[in-house]
Amino acid sequence: MSSSEIERLIQLLAKLPGLGPRSARRAALHLIKRRESLLSPLSDAMREAAEAIKTCSVCGNLDTRDPCAICADPRRDAALICVIEEVGDLWALERTGSFKGLYHVLGGTLSALEGVGPDDLNVTGLINRARKPEVTEVILAMNATVEGQTTAHYITDRLADCEVTVSRLAHGVPVGGELDYLDDGTLTAALRSRRPF
Amino acid sequence: MEWTDEAIVLSARPHGEAAVVATLLTRGHGRHSGLVQGGRSSKQRGNLQPGNRVSARWRARLADHLGTLTIEPIHNNAAAMLDDPLRLSGLVSACTMTEVALPDREPHEPVFHGLLALLEAFETPVWAPAYVRWELGLLQELGFGLDLSSCAATGTNDALAYVSPRTGRAVSLSAGEPYRDKLLPLPGFLAGHGGWTDREVLAGLDLTGHFLERNAINTGSGGASGQMPAARARFIERYRKMATLSGSR
Repeated sequence: MSSSEIERLIQLLAKLPGLGPRSARRAALHLIKRRESLLSPLSDAMREAAEAIKTCSVCGNLDTRDPCAICADPRRDAALICVIEEVGDLWALERTGSFKGLYHVLGGTLSALEGVGPDDLNVTGLINRARKPEVTEVILAMNATVEGQTTAHYITDRLADCEVTVSRLAHGVPVGGELDYLDDGTLTAALRSRRPF
Repeated sequence: MEWTDEAIVLSARPHGEAAVVATLLTRGHGRHSGLVQGGRSSKQRGNLQPGNRVSARWRARLADHLGTLTIEPIHNNAAAMLDDPLRLSGLVSACTMTEVALPDREPHEPVFHGLLALLEAFETPVWAPAYVRWELGLLQELGFGLDLSSCAATGTNDALAYVSPRTGRAVSLSAGEPYRDKLLPLPGFLAGHGGWTDREVLAGLDLTGHFLERNAINTGSGGASGQMPAARARFIERYRKMATLSGSR
């Protein structure tokens, strides 16, 4: 039997996404075998990250400084704010490199069954930002789900008093998608969102 | 244990990294939940949106186990409503009300057919009165149906205009006039008069809301939490706003 320290390590690793008890055991063993080259640097990196990473008070992004690097970057277009559900969505959009505006992380979606209401989301911060004169457009990049779109409609209502254009991401055929393999919901959305060609 | 049935998706909650616990309203097995392996995948997620009509296969070793569900799409109702805030809020409200009001695993075929009819009505201009009628049907199926056939005081069925908030029985205009502040208005389209207005739909929602809250939600039956779901309040707020903006007929 392994010692309590190793068991604790395995239990904590098993809580990570993608790892179950068996794979956590393998990961723990791998780390212990590479104590100097992997385990110590990893634990140092994790400790430093835990101490340094903050939530940006402007947009809700995660970074080592507040405001985050994106909010503080003067080259970003302050006229555009892209609203996303989670930080993971921000990272996905940043990977594309095609958006040069600012972001706003809501922190989830409205969910009646999960008890998530407007007060649980960072909506007030968005309204305050949208009221600034330099902001001209708010892009709602919510997931194409019932909860995501319900939240998008709610935010659109809340932004009605702000002098900004509200737009949303297109719904439809993905790049490389073949119509024959698409579900009827995506095809319905694509047909409804068609535009002159 | 195994069955295959037609169902409507009510909700899907994440379970672990890849699975979801889906709650369905089935034709013959009532409100039923089950684990959908891979339910968070891009392939499955679209099928598990509230309001979608699916074919469901449930399997478990024992009847009282959560069991696993295999879902095949029949018709994707949700996608057609994503761009329409009012209908979308109505859809979410209907699915949430079904989930919180119905007891688990108790067959309620009329509610299934009612919700199916409502989903079809969402594609027509008369979906709003259909929604009110659906909530009346939900009350009826739960055993708290309103008696709108005749006046509780006079026994006649002329000029029914109110509903007693205590008994759920209709009251005529003349008999109810002295107590009008204590009675709930009965919309004309529920009293058998033709046509409907946005104001009547809102009155109908107040009427059904009163009895749903008292009889179906606050009793703790089914998945009831004791409070009317916020989704229904948001739907009514949105409807009221739309009615105000359009000058309310």
